[in-house]
Amino acid sequence: MSMLPAPSLSNKELVNDDVDLMSETTPTTSPVAAGNRQSGSDSPAIAEPPREKLTKKAITADLPTWCPGCGDFAVLAAFYKVIEKRQLEHEKIVTLAGIGCSSRFPYFVNGHGAHYIHGRAVPLASGISLARPDLHVFLFGGDGDGFSIGGNHLDHGARKNINMTYFIMDNFVYGLTKKQTSPTSPIGFKQDRPHGRNRSAGESDEKIDRRRGDLHRAHSRRKVNHMISDRARVRSSGLQRHRMLERMRDFPRRVRSGQSEEGRQLRSIQEKKWDNTPEDELRHDVTDELAAHKLASLPFPGVFGVFYETDRPSKNALEKKWIETTREKTGGASDLELLKKTFDRMK
Amino acid sequence: MNETPVVTKGDGATAAATSTPVSERADLRPENIRDAVIRLAGNSQDGIQTAGAFLARLAGRSDHDVMTYMTIPATISGGPSIFQVRIGSGEVLSAGDEADFLVAFYQHSYQDHLDFLREGGVLLYDSDNVEPNLDDKRFVYVGVPITGLTVEALGGTAKDKGKNIFVLGLIAKIFNLDDDKLKKLISEKFAGKDQSIVNTALMAFQAGYAYPVGNVLTKHYRFEHFPKTSGRAQITMDGNQALAYGLIAAGVRYGAGYPITPWSSIMETLRRELPKYGGIFVQAEDELGAVSLALGFSYSGYLAVTGSAGPGISLKAEAIGWASMAEIPLIVCNIQRGGPSTGLPTNVEQSDLHQAIFGSHGDSPRVVLAAASVEDCFYIAIEAARIARKYSTPVFILSDTSLATRIEAFDEPDLSKLMVDPKPDLTPREGGFKPYDLERITQHIPPGTRILDGKYPLIGGLEHDEMGHPTGSPKLHMAMTAKRRNKLRKLAEEIPVPEVFGDQEGDTLLVGWGSTYGPIHDAVKMGREHGEKIGAIHLRHVHPLPNGLEKIFANFERVVTVEMNDQGLYGFGQLATILRARYCEPKIQSVTKTDGLTFRVKEILQGVFPGKFVSVRGYSPNRPVSGNGEQDVDVARAESIEQGVG
Repeated sequence: MSMLPAPSLSNKELVNDDVDLMSETTPTTSPVAAGNRQSGSDSPAIAEPPREKLTKKAITADLPTWCPGCGDFAVLAAFYKVIEKRQLEHEKIVTLAGIGCSSRFPYFVNGHGAHYIHGRAVPLASGISLARPDLHVFLFGGDGDGFSIGGNHLDHGARKNINMTYFIMDNFVYGLTKKQTSPTSPIGFKQDRPHGRNRSAGESDEKIDRRRGDLHRAHSRRKVNHMISDRARVRSSGLQRHRMLERMRDFPRRVRSGQSEEGRQLRSIQEKKWDNTPEDELRHDVTDELAAHKLASLPFPGVFGVFYETDRPSKNALEKKWIETTREKTGGASDLELLKKTFDRMK
Repeated sequence: MNETPVVTKGDGATAAATSTPVSERADLRPENIRDAVIRLAGNSQDGIQTAGAFLARLAGRSDHDVMTYMTIPATISGGPSIFQVRIGSGEVLSAGDEADFLVAFYQHSYQDHLDFLREGGVLLYDSDNVEPNLDDKRFVYVGVPITGLTVEALGGTAKDKGKNIFVLGLIAKIFNLDDDKLKKLISEKFAGKDQSIVNTALMAFQAGYAYPVGNVLTKHYRFEHFPKTSGRAQITMDGNQALAYGLIAAGVRYGAGYPITPWSSIMETLRRELPKYGGIFVQAEDELGAVSLALGFSYSGYLAVTGSAGPGISLKAEAIGWASMAEIPLIVCNIQRGGPSTGLPTNVEQSDLHQAIFGSHGDSPRVVLAAASVEDCFYIAIEAARIARKYSTPVFILSDTSLATRIEAFDEPDLSKLMVDPKPDLTPREGGFKPYDLERITQHIPPGTRILDGKYPLIGGLEHDEMGHPTGSPKLHMAMTAKRRNKLRKLAEEIPVPEVFGDQEGDTLLVGWGSTYGPIHDAVKMGREHGEKIGAIHLRHVHPLPNGLEKIFANFERVVTVEMNDQGLYGFGQLATILRARYCEPKIQSVTKTDGLTFRVKEILQGVFPGKFVSVRGYSPNRPVSGNGEQDVDVARAESIEQGVG
């Protein structure tokens, strides 16, 4: 039998590799397949009561420990809205994070989840996503976690295109360890601890991630609704990266006054509507990688919205296909028969 | 085995061959033997591993015991290389101290390995490439123009490719091996490739088999046949294969790794095999990604494996600390090689024991098991999975280069009794679940499991309360640290006390772990034959140690660990250091060595009984200068502590 667990996996999620999570769907109510009980398990089989509507209250856990005014609050609020709107099955939601202020996120969501080590949450989430296609894997982190110590994993996670939704809350600074420079700190960013001199904000990361994974940028204050709007792609296929530009409460005034967003109208990306109008010529084609690069290279704070989308098959889909073709060749033999056969060849 | 020539049966006919120069006699007289060590010495691209592996497979198929030993140069391509096969009609535990039969492809093969040939042994050399010193009457010389005859037999553009198979044919004739079975093995090996390749290989084999070896040798050998009593068929594989298939039998369906010698072949096997079982193995972007993927698999409800050699394990260390803290089951294979750093990537060492036990940060208890033989690689994987699941903990499996690459035949495991069903339990649970309940051993609920009171567990690396929420409470940190440690004390209670091999009481108890099992047991046999009161125990569970070892130690005057690692600053091998810390017992000593080669039986006895046993010849396969002599074999005596501490 196949070892891929697919308890109560709806056909839609399996077959359609490109489900729009934002559209309202009726939650699947099929109970966990009885076959998934481990033999000899002492856990009592209990009848499942009917489900209530999943509310913000049900998915709220510890009180967030972030500083007052932190942009992370807006992302948390937006996440609650997404969950309420989507009405996912509560137990299928998995929140994960590495280390950092924003990476405390899972503690504030009542659901299955894990708080992992610094920078390695993408591969952790990859393992969960690959083994359990029935789960919705949400990953949270900051600019240090995602672009610095975990930069390699972000790049390869995007290349492998593993199903997960990754929210990167970028406040241009290491907040938890008290304001050291991060890879996205602007040039000239100085503070009392190690003197920071780094690339300009927004210059490094989109380029790192130029390929493959979807990319979406929102601003925590004004554009966070973008994330939950109908146009945002919080989908179930491939790795989607949402970078949230945030302003840390104590962000140095000099930087703020010099190049901040204060008082400036934030610009949204106008996506192509494919309506053959002259205006559409100027709009952004989200499948155009080169155009996405150009947009991502705009000076701080740049533009907001969807930069890039690709339909490249996810690793989940490729592995599933490989398992299916391999299983076909074995003629559906049992695990025992398979290993016996292998040993026969070694006699 | 003992110190006398390994060919023991017969009417002293072995001696007849001794110092008999090449003769003209055409009739080969049969001679029964129980045991033979055949060493093939050439270059790494000559395919001597392939030829040696055929011999090992054939021996397994013919109910013989077999063990192989190989060295590979740590170069990208080329360099001297050996493959040694020991075939026996009885129990074969070690690859042999001396060769009965040396096949030298090149002058350097002859020069480097002649010292390894026992007196009276047969040197089979390629007379196109080797000019031996025929005046040395200690050996029997058989010159065959291997290169020329191979080219002649195969023709075409293959040049001398195929001389390995030609030699296989020669050996088959000399040792009276079953040529039909060998041909079948050759056909199977190359099946799936072009038919012309199979034909070429068979032609080379036939040419070697048909060579009139009677012109140069007086007899052929025939292995005595003792039917196995177990009634189970034998399977032949190397240690890495055994470990990989053991993991599959243990219900491990997911894993991740990164290439590194000598771990890689486990990764390759699992990458190929797991999809058949519905599983996935991912080659990750780096070691940190690999261990994280594996932890993701494990967290999702499927016990997973990752692995590496020492340097890669160092990179995984932080995540393994997380697994201890979060109490996530995980299997970590460390196929040890010579270290530190890149060290000796293709040589053997047991120098990662302390890394396995302590290598992370903070107090991060974990379990460490060590495989004793190729067969044990299979069963240790099943034991590791059992412990990881039951105690929700990371478990190390220590193997090493010698186990990874050596081929042994062993009884086919009774799979119908061993196979584990790996499905996670996603049954909905009543509420009140505490992931870190102080009253019991943690068993996580996999994600996707509905919890009816709507309170879901969060697991993490921050110190936590019973619900998994972060805490800085001193009392809770003490309680949780004790919880993580005490579950392994619980495990120690159920580990069987190892049986003592040899004398149950007496002068010396040898204590081993890992791949030294064979040489240690042979050393006990040889020592007892020479009147020593000596016994041995072998530890499969190295951390935690089984309870009750002190009772065994009490029966011996001294306890000597035998380890392939350095005696360290304080004069004791890594296991000896642990045992001394645990038992505060000054009679615990160690015999250690760091030449990157497996222990020879004599080296052990030389180390344990200084001056009593014949000195070891300064032999080293491909590095004749890197002394493997007695000065390398250190007994950690009390005086070395004095010297060390000063």
